[in-house]
Amino acid sequence: MDQQTPAAEHVAESSAHPTDAQMIQLLTPSGERTAEGGSAPYAKRVAHLDHDALRGLYEDMVLVRRFDDEATALQRQGELGLFPQCLGQEAAQVGSGRALAAQDYVFPSYREHGVAHTRGLDLAQILLQFRGVDHGGWDTEAHNFHLYTLVIGSHALHATGYAMGVQRDGLVGTGDPDRDTAVVAYFGDGSTSQGDVNEALVFAATTNAPVVFFCQNNQWAISEPTTKQSRVPLYRRGDGFGIPGVRVDGNDVLASYAVMDEALERARSGGGPTFVEAFTYRMGAHTTSDDPTRYRSRAEEQSWRERDPIDRLRKHLESEGAWDQGWAEQVAAEADALGEHLRTYVRALEAPPASSMFDTVYASEHGTVTAERAWHAEYEAGFETSEVAR
Amino acid sequence: MSGETQRMTMGKAINTGLRHALEGDPKVLLMGEDIGALGGVFRVTDGLQKDFGDDRVVDSPLAESGILGTAIGLALRGYRPVCEIQFDGFIFPAYDQITTQLAKIHNRSKGRLQVPVVIRVPSGGGIGAVEHHSESPEALFAHTPGLRVVAPSTPQDAYTMIREAVASPDPVLYFEPKARYWDKGDVDTSVFGTDASRASLDAAQVVRPGSDVTLVTYGAAVHVSLKAAEAAAAEGTSVEVVDLRAVSPLDTATVAASVRRTGRCVVVHEAATFLGPGAEVAARVSEECFYSLEAPVLRVGAFHAPYPVSKIEHDYLPSVDRILEAVDRLLSH
Repeated sequence: MDQQTPAAEHVAESSAHPTDAQMIQLLTPSGERTAEGGSAPYAKRVAHLDHDALRGLYEDMVLVRRFDDEATALQRQGELGLFPQCLGQEAAQVGSGRALAAQDYVFPSYREHGVAHTRGLDLAQILLQFRGVDHGGWDTEAHNFHLYTLVIGSHALHATGYAMGVQRDGLVGTGDPDRDTAVVAYFGDGSTSQGDVNEALVFAATTNAPVVFFCQNNQWAISEPTTKQSRVPLYRRGDGFGIPGVRVDGNDVLASYAVMDEALERARSGGGPTFVEAFTYRMGAHTTSDDPTRYRSRAEEQSWRERDPIDRLRKHLESEGAWDQGWAEQVAAEADALGEHLRTYVRALEAPPASSMFDTVYASEHGTVTAERAWHAEYEAGFETSEVAR
Repeated sequence: MSGETQRMTMGKAINTGLRHALEGDPKVLLMGEDIGALGGVFRVTDGLQKDFGDDRVVDSPLAESGILGTAIGLALRGYRPVCEIQFDGFIFPAYDQITTQLAKIHNRSKGRLQVPVVIRVPSGGGIGAVEHHSESPEALFAHTPGLRVVAPSTPQDAYTMIREAVASPDPVLYFEPKARYWDKGDVDTSVFGTDASRASLDAAQVVRPGSDVTLVTYGAAVHVSLKAAEAAAAEGTSVEVVDLRAVSPLDTATVAASVRRTGRCVVVHEAATFLGPGAEVAARVSEECFYSLEAPVLRVGAFHAPYPVSKIEHDYLPSVDRILEAVDRLLSH
């Protein structure tokens, strides 16, 4: 047999989906605990998660999926202009998000509703942006969760710079678990092609910044498969930068938690950045404006439905005898209440006054804005006067 | 002359301003390529890394978008980064971060977040450089809401404006006329932190009074405009020179007050005239001074051609002769 070059080996690795054994996995798709090979060291990182904690993760994922469903329905009813679902990515987001400490700081992309939930956001606040009444919608400092960034990959640099600030604040490697701080950039497979993500890897590596690059490889950048972005598996992108990479089964909430826990620990203790590839699937469309039937097969979608992250944890809870019907009904009721809250909240959101466009262009007075605001007010007042005259 | 006044070059004035900003606020830090041991390719940051350490005077990887993007992150963490872009023509890799992120985060967050980043850009031509080293891209940034765009023309303003830019809660592009780095002038380092000094980021000033024609200019072109005014005076024409200092915001009140007195206006800058800052000045003057104008507003600037090879750059840049030609056209109208 011809000796393969390393490059050829990587290509071969990339062209096929990894087997379960090629990813960090602690729960098989049928819900059994596993810790084979490279996954073995990660088992201890979830050993403290008892049945209550597992039910908590299940509840998180159910609520996030309900949010997705409700927001999609609200878009279909014309209440939202657009909505990007995180359907199918709940385990990667909830697992990684629940590994974060309060002082850690997250820079999300725009599909991180599951992470937002773990940061304590009222998910309704995410919909202000998609209702067209706000460009952001929440108090970032109250949740250590930055606003969604729509320009793909730009925020990987913001996260890295923020982490460089954390270093300067002396909050890395103190040994105090309540002070040591990590920063996370969440982004997708498409983002890895952006210059900014690659520059972020350069800056993070050379400064040893306490940042985790959490890449959810959901297989599709709108209509383009991951093979359009990379010849090597994405978790190996860190190699050339000197950043350790790890691929985790992103539909396994426990493995996502464990891998993130390790990466955060490395960052907080001064060990520098980590590149995590969470191998998952965007079960929904890119956004409500997209039509996946034009570029991918139903068979592919079906094969991923069999790996559904919520079903997987449910099977596990059942097999452990930890499934409690009374509790499950409470979760369902909680999801119903969330749905009602979202519908009521969104429908009540009204357009801000037109003059609000001038409010926060600058933090200090800017003559051009002041003059245009005054002109606009006078213009608007002219209509009011003529209506009175009529 | 106050006890804090010293004679120094514009480059040294900026260096001194940065030094005082670093001394005055532990959150201020400098980032850029070759700004540490080398002191920057123009030596504007000379000696600062030695005195403030490499955590505060940071030699960055060679990646402009990376510099700006990480500066935004640092600003969100409470720092006040001052980024050096080595040359005007190398700002474009950072254009996306500046226009889609830096300019908008305050607005996107409804005022909850501030990103007080300063971007220093050695700018403009006249130094015999190769391609990409002589450009004046300020209009691209002045066109972007959320950014302040300023350009000093004297060592005193260079000092005061860099101090005020660092203190500003808004992002500021600070275009340094690189051909004037070696011009000397008196600099009073106490001119900072007052309403009057803060106005250096907002307000134009009349730098030479006159009664026949107003030259509106900023940055490197102030020097050539003053020379043109001198030459015109020798021919009996009284030329007023207004130094805008800021392209965003544009101080139209000072410009209009001058043009109402003179009735004639020429806008002079190194940026191209086509859709350049002068187009905006001309539109404002025609709106606000219509009944005072004796002649149409004229512009003298670069042509709609890429910055030329250095052997002909002086034919591309505004010159005393081209300014006087415009003045003559106005007077013969």
